[in-house]
Amino acid sequence: MIHLQNIRKVFNAGRPNEFVAIEGVTLAIDSQGATALKGPSGSGKTTLLSILGCMARPTAGRITLQEREITSLPERFLTEIRRETFGFIFQQFNLIKGITALENVMLPAYPNGENYVSLKKRAMELLDLLNIGGKATSKVEWLSGGEAQRTAIARALINNPAIIIADEPTAHLDTRLSAEFMEIMRQLKQEGKTILIASHDPIVYESDVIDRIVEMRDGRIVSSGDVP
Amino acid sequence: MRALEKQRNILDFTLSSLGRRKGKNIALVLVYTFVIFLLASVLFFSHSLKKEAALILQDAPAMTVQKLVAGRQDLIPTHYIDSIRQIKGVQSVAPRLWGYYYDALSGANYTLMVNADLNDRAGEIVIGNGVSWRSAAGKRNQPLRKNEIIPFKTYDGSALSLKVSGLLPFASELVTADLILVSETDFRKIFSIATGQATDLVLQVRNAKELPVIATKITQIHPDTRPILREEILRTYDAVFDWRSGVIIMVLAGVFLAFIILAWDKATGLSAEEKREIGILKATGWETTDILLMKFWEGAAVSLMAFFMGIFLAYLHIFLASSILFAPVLKGWSVLYPHFRLTPYISGYQIATLFFLTVIPYTVATIVPSWRSATIDPDSVMRM
Ligand SMILES: Nc1ncnc2c1ncn2[C@@H]1O[C@H](COP(=O)(O)OP(=O)(O)O)[C@@H](O)[C@H]1O
Ligand SMILES: [Mg+2]
Repeated sequence: MIHLQNIRKVFNAGRPNEFVAIEGVTLAIDSQGATALKGPSGSGKTTLLSILGCMARPTAGRITLQEREITSLPERFLTEIRRETFGFIFQQFNLIKGITALENVMLPAYPNGENYVSLKKRAMELLDLLNIGGKATSKVEWLSGGEAQRTAIARALINNPAIIIADEPTAHLDTRLSAEFMEIMRQLKQEGKTILIASHDPIVYESDVIDRIVEMRDGRIVSSGDVP
Repeated sequence: MRALEKQRNILDFTLSSLGRRKGKNIALVLVYTFVIFLLASVLFFSHSLKKEAALILQDAPAMTVQKLVAGRQDLIPTHYIDSIRQIKGVQSVAPRLWGYYYDALSGANYTLMVNADLNDRAGEIVIGNGVSWRSAAGKRNQPLRKNEIIPFKTYDGSALSLKVSGLLPFASELVTADLILVSETDFRKIFSIATGQATDLVLQVRNAKELPVIATKITQIHPDTRPILREEILRTYDAVFDWRSGVIIMVLAGVFLAFIILAWDKATGLSAEEKREIGILKATGWETTDILLMKFWEGAAVSLMAFFMGIFLAYLHIFLASSILFAPVLKGWSVLYPHFRLTPYISGYQIATLFFLTVIPYTVATIVPSWRSATIDPDSVMRM
């Protein structure tokens, strides 16, 4: 589904603080299944995820998404791909404060020009599915960590993406909530979505939801293999 | 249809966004409203004043003839009337008696004018609204009523008490506020003006096109006179009002500039929270144009709200609240207009000018800086 070929990412290129965050990464992510990116802090997981999710461009290398070369596409198209293909769950949830959980879920769909009523209905269904329908009209700052997490998941799902990308999703959750999160990922996987999670939390990469572990260190892939 | 729905959704979000930063946005709208209020007040005020003056002067005589002595206006002998009446095209010539009287009691200047209706009722006067409030002879907050007495001091030092027999109608307060109509006898007594002399002469002519020719003839017959055409007075009034509102506009330009700086500062200094939100929107699939669209609606909503509130308040201020704020600046020539009320004249042109001076620059000022933040790399969100 996604192919990375010899990806290199350099921050502050040409300046004294030049930093190579990703070096020579070649990786193929198949459709369906759950992949975990594992590795110590600073090993380049987040950087690699943002390249995979069309949020950032690599300094060198090629990316193809469903046989389509996307490395050189203009920003506009990348945004469209991001919106239609990926659902993001961020480490800090990154919900927009001051508006309701429901509105947060609906936001990524606004540029599609979907009818407001039908969009609202879909967003509500997602929240119900994640068992937080009762919190739909609450402002997000009043939500508990688990509720905020579920709202963020619903938001990631609103545009019905093929691929879910999560960066350290359990960093702010206790053990029980972390396990619940993995259960939700299991359901999504069963529905046929491709899951990509970066984490150095054993609850994530030791979970039986994960089919494949890609281990990183210092910007390189040190091992990549299917979980037996 | 999709495009429309998209606009609607984004506008919807913009409006609920505005509600989120209530304090900041309310403060902004208030300052903005105040600026619009001042600008609109000046525009409405000077425009209506000009209109009013023009209306009054419409009924003014087509030509006034003054006598000059050493370049200053002097009393004109009434026998000039006969020779002027002989000029071809002149319909009628009439003497006028009027002047300014300083009332030491109230500290105000009145305009005294002889009215023929009072000529057989010497001892009586008819007064304007401003006079009735001002010269309440010691009594505060109470206008002078019919049959009350106003004491005058004549130029030879004696006193003359005149009885108020009526009040002037309200129609145009600009002219009538400080006006006192008196009989000819009393006028001559107060100012010690001999019979056979008048303040000036007014002419009616058959054809307005002949006015310049007639004016030339008058100066030929009486080289010591100066004929003044109504058109000239109109022009002078225009110039005076323009100059006065010009002064105010200069002051306002300062206020306006301060506002622009404030708006610019507000817009360029996107808060960290706002930057974060733009990042989130971009990361979740909003395009740069969607974010600019949102910022456009935001700027438009704030400035339109302020625009309409400012105009509404200015209307109240000028046409219902007697222009309290400007009275001292624009009408420095009299202290007589405490209840001055203008007839509302508003032109589409004024509103459009205001719109282009305020709403447009503000909206642009909110979009431009967002452009920069809208082009932030979306992956910055991953590291927040
Ligand atoms: N914008 C940036 N500028 C400079 N260095 C960066 C930037 N983003 C990340 N890095 C560096 O790249 C390295 C990899 O970061 P990251 O991908 O976040 O690692 P991980 O997610 O595995 O902790 C880190 O050393 C980080 O400091
Ligand atoms: Mg990371």
